Amino acid sequence: MATFHFDLVSPEKLAFSGEVDQVDIPGVEGDFGVLAGHAPVVAAIRPGILTITTGGKHEKVIVLGGLAEVSEKGLTVLADVATSLAELDRAQFAETIAEMEESLKEHEGGELDHAIERLDHYKSIQQQLTSTAMH
Amino acid sequence: MASLKDMRVRIASTKATQKITKAMQMVAASKLRRAQTAAEAARPYADKMSAVISNIASAAAGSPGAPALLAGTGRDQVHLLLVCTGERGLSGAFNSSIVRLARERAQSLMAQGKEVKFFCVGRKGYEQLRRLFDKQIVEHLDLRSVRQLGFVNAEDIAKKVLARFDNGEFDVCTLFYSRFRSVIAQIPTAQQVIPLVVEAGAAANTTSYDYEPEEDEILTRLLPRNLAVQIFRALLENNASFYGAQMSAMDNATRNAGEMIRKQTLVYNRTRQAQITKELIEIISGAEAV
Repeated sequence: MATFHFDLVSPEKLAFSGEVDQVDIPGVEGDFGVLAGHAPVVAAIRPGILTITTGGKHEKVIVLGGLAEVSEKGLTVLADVATSLAELDRAQFAETIAEMEESLKEHEGGELDHAIERLDHYKSIQQQLTSTAMH
Repeated sequence: MASLKDMRVRIASTKATQKITKAMQMVAASKLRRAQTAAEAARPYADKMSAVISNIASAAAGSPGAPALLAGTGRDQVHLLLVCTGERGLSGAFNSSIVRLARERAQSLMAQGKEVKFFCVGRKGYEQLRRLFDKQIVEHLDLRSVRQLGFVNAEDIAKKVLARFDNGEFDVCTLFYSRFRSVIAQIPTAQQVIPLVVEAGAAANTTSYDYEPEEDEILTRLLPRNLAVQIFRALLENNASFYGAQMSAMDNATRNAGEMIRKQTLVYNRTRQAQITKELIEIISGAEAV
């Protein structure tokens, strides 16, 4: 299977760099997979789980929003925050969600919609963590 | 002439100072290594970000609906100078060279009849600028309580700047910081961040991308983020520069203290010998007189 170059960078570090078979990205307008030779695209990312497939092995990374760029040089994901599944502190993640729920009251109008949307994304990550993503 | 005891005390105190500067130098050296790694780790993101932005921006800049962060407000009357300095001194010319650059820029802008406002990040820069431009400092932020610089700190600053921009408080924003080249070379730098300057070379690279969602929507998401990234990068570069400057300043101080100890010890020994000789002469001439 053809491979392509993939860089996952967050402001604080280069989280992943190497040749991969496939990357599944949680886009704002729906999930999409990237294989070698994908057409050039720039897509915004919603908070979700990004799956990197190399030689039949899957690696899951939680990204909290960002941007994906596919060019002829490969795929670059600029993640706001990138945490690999192994590193994630579940208790802290749950705490963040609780905090967000709490702060919902302070928002209003369009900001409230954004906050709710973001919270939903976080919750869906949590759900995936506790069910499917576990194996 | 100082007595022997006074001189002994002075030598001891110089030695104590030398120990402190030596320790500070070593602490700065080890912190520098950490700061340097952090600054280097942040580079790929900032580079990729500006590459993606200039790609999209070069396409969007011409269109009439381009966001204000990219196209500007159409004026350049009010300038905001975002001056990032260190929280502590004892670092040679590090803080003052950033402040000097900002001050010169401010004075030349004011000479052209523009209005200048300051946003100070870091205590030292604030203290120096306050003497000259007290009324023009619109905001000042202390990072002293921050132990490990995180992206959230930069985001926080970016939010404040953006809020002011949205209120129409300024037209052009310039970021001042010290770029880290090596331990002995830190270059005070001014970088215009609002409106964004797209590098001319990048415009030639025209890959036609598909955009998801729409191009301008991505751009409106990306531009504020880019500001935070640039600030974050500036803060990290600054941090590395600070420790670099402190290290060489403390190295100098240690060497100077060594030199001083050598000179003082020489004078001390001479005086001691002169005194012994004098006492001997007194004893001998006393014995001869008898």
